[in-house]
Amino acid sequence: MIVDVGTRLAIEDLFARYAHTIDDDRLEEWPALFTEDCLYQVISAENWALKRPIGLIHCDNRAMLQDRVTSLREANIYEAQSYRHMLSATLVTHFHRDEARVVSNYQVTRIMQDGSTLLFSCGRYLDRIKFTKAGPLFAERVVVYDNRRVDTLLAIPL
Amino acid sequence: MDAPAFAWPAGGNTRVPYRVYTDAENHEREKAKIFAGPTWGFLCAATEIPEAGDYKTTFLGEVPVVVVRRKDGGINALVNRCSHRGSLVALKNQGNTGTSLTCVYHSWAFDLDGNLQGVPFRRGIEGKGGMPDSFDLKQHGLKRLRVEETCGLVFGSLSAEAPPLEEHIGELIGGRMQRVLGNRKLKVLGTTSQYLHNNWKLYVENTKDTYHASLLHSFFSTFKILRLTATGGIHVSEGGGNHASHSRNKQDTDGGEYVGLRSAIDGFGLQDASIFGARDEFGDGITVQILSVFPNFILQQVHNSIALRQVLPKGVDETELLWTFLGFEDDDAEMQRMRLKQANLVGPAGYISMEDGCVGGWVQRAIQGSEADDSVVEMGGAGHASSDSRVSEASVRGFWNQYRETMGFAP
Ligand code: FES
Ligand SMILES: [Fe+2]
Repeated sequence: MIVDVGTRLAIEDLFARYAHTIDDDRLEEWPALFTEDCLYQVISAENWALKRPIGLIHCDNRAMLQDRVTSLREANIYEAQSYRHMLSATLVTHFHRDEARVVSNYQVTRIMQDGSTLLFSCGRYLDRIKFTKAGPLFAERVVVYDNRRVDTLLAIPL
Repeated sequence: MDAPAFAWPAGGNTRVPYRVYTDAENHEREKAKIFAGPTWGFLCAATEIPEAGDYKTTFLGEVPVVVVRRKDGGINALVNRCSHRGSLVALKNQGNTGTSLTCVYHSWAFDLDGNLQGVPFRRGIEGKGGMPDSFDLKQHGLKRLRVEETCGLVFGSLSAEAPPLEEHIGELIGGRMQRVLGNRKLKVLGTTSQYLHNNWKLYVENTKDTYHASLLHSFFSTFKILRLTATGGIHVSEGGGNHASHSRNKQDTDGGEYVGLRSAIDGFGLQDASIFGARDEFGDGITVQILSVFPNFILQQVHNSIALRQVLPKGVDETELLWTFLGFEDDDAEMQRMRLKQANLVGPAGYISMEDGCVGGWVQRAIQGSEADDSVVEMGGAGHASSDSRVSEASVRGFWNQYRETMGFAP
């Protein structure tokens, strides 16, 4: 649906900040892009289509996102790697008062320390965005990935 | 193919030659001796194909298999390779095929028992072409696997010599499997595929290796959730190939044995502890049980997260790990929510399992050029008996014991 330019720009700005926060390895700032009672989920398109609830990650509040970052930083072992997000096709499907539903596409390239570069994941973001006093935040970000197969592991969030 | 590709080093099951993860000839031998040999491979949960004609495609080792529900309610497993010129017959991951399977290449049609029913243009056109009169449909069915079910899980075997499934699993490990799956109706809550850059056996060894759990996976210790002082133990089947390890969490905090280890970082607590709002579902206080059946099946209970893992070789140096997350039909909403939350612990992004996705690849990369060397598997001695210590590699040695026997490596 057509929303005013300011709203659309605010949404796209949130998306850009999300991508750069992850790609620049500022994961500590990542949870702040979500509301406190947010939902963040990473699930395969296959499970999504079959209405099977379990995917790779399921966080139903912001504290769980913080725990994931702490765990990645302090507990989990994985090889040095980084992502590069490519975003496109921001489609606002609903807008009502302070809430928008948005669908967009992503591709994430994963770069390993030895230089090997892989199209690691592609899919859709299904978002519910809440416009708060502090600006737009993700009330829901459901990452539906098309690549059924996860190479090696998923550490950094998509 | 009659003799192994190389000799096993001295030291019995305490030494594993690195060639076993890299040697192409040995890999070919595994196909014949293990995956087409006297073993059983997990195919699917029976509940995944509830209706007549429902099918699912999977693999027995590297052999493509289609598992299908018959009209009489039974389950067949067929090699998913057309008897004409070898095309895949079922092409989708799952679906319903009605009462027959038809190869798309030249439309040869098979019934759900794999019998060849029809060959288009069998009599040719206007007396020209067609199959010779001697061609016997009965001789050209799809190859059928033996199929047996336990605890709602469907296993298949290509070998007439394989003992009955229950015997293959054994009473000891079968009991541990019953403990989790019982006679309850399973429900698939999700599936995940993970691609590993290592030989399949490196992953299987990892699941049997209770020694690494608290050292490599420091999530529990970082957040002070589990200590090795928790009680537990390992059950190993007689032949060694099947195991079940378990631990009971005592939630104690002193953890003196961790001093100086990476796992002992202080000062972290979970912001949201709901991930551990677990229920003692089986009434025995066991928080983690990992079970394996030779060669490549794993059943996991981590708190209330129950999952099946199928370890599928993809050539000698790659592996696909298929996860099937389970619940039960009689789960209440709260239980389903816990299974969903606790799934964060496991799988390709799991807090306590993501490391297992990369550690095998590190071994695979490191052993290149060191094929003449061996790994050392001596923690807890040289045997593979059941024990109440998890600081042991007994079940890893057990795996190699059964592996060597099945592959014909001299003891
Ligand atoms: S290969 Fe299947 S019909 Fe020809
Ligand atoms: Fe592990």
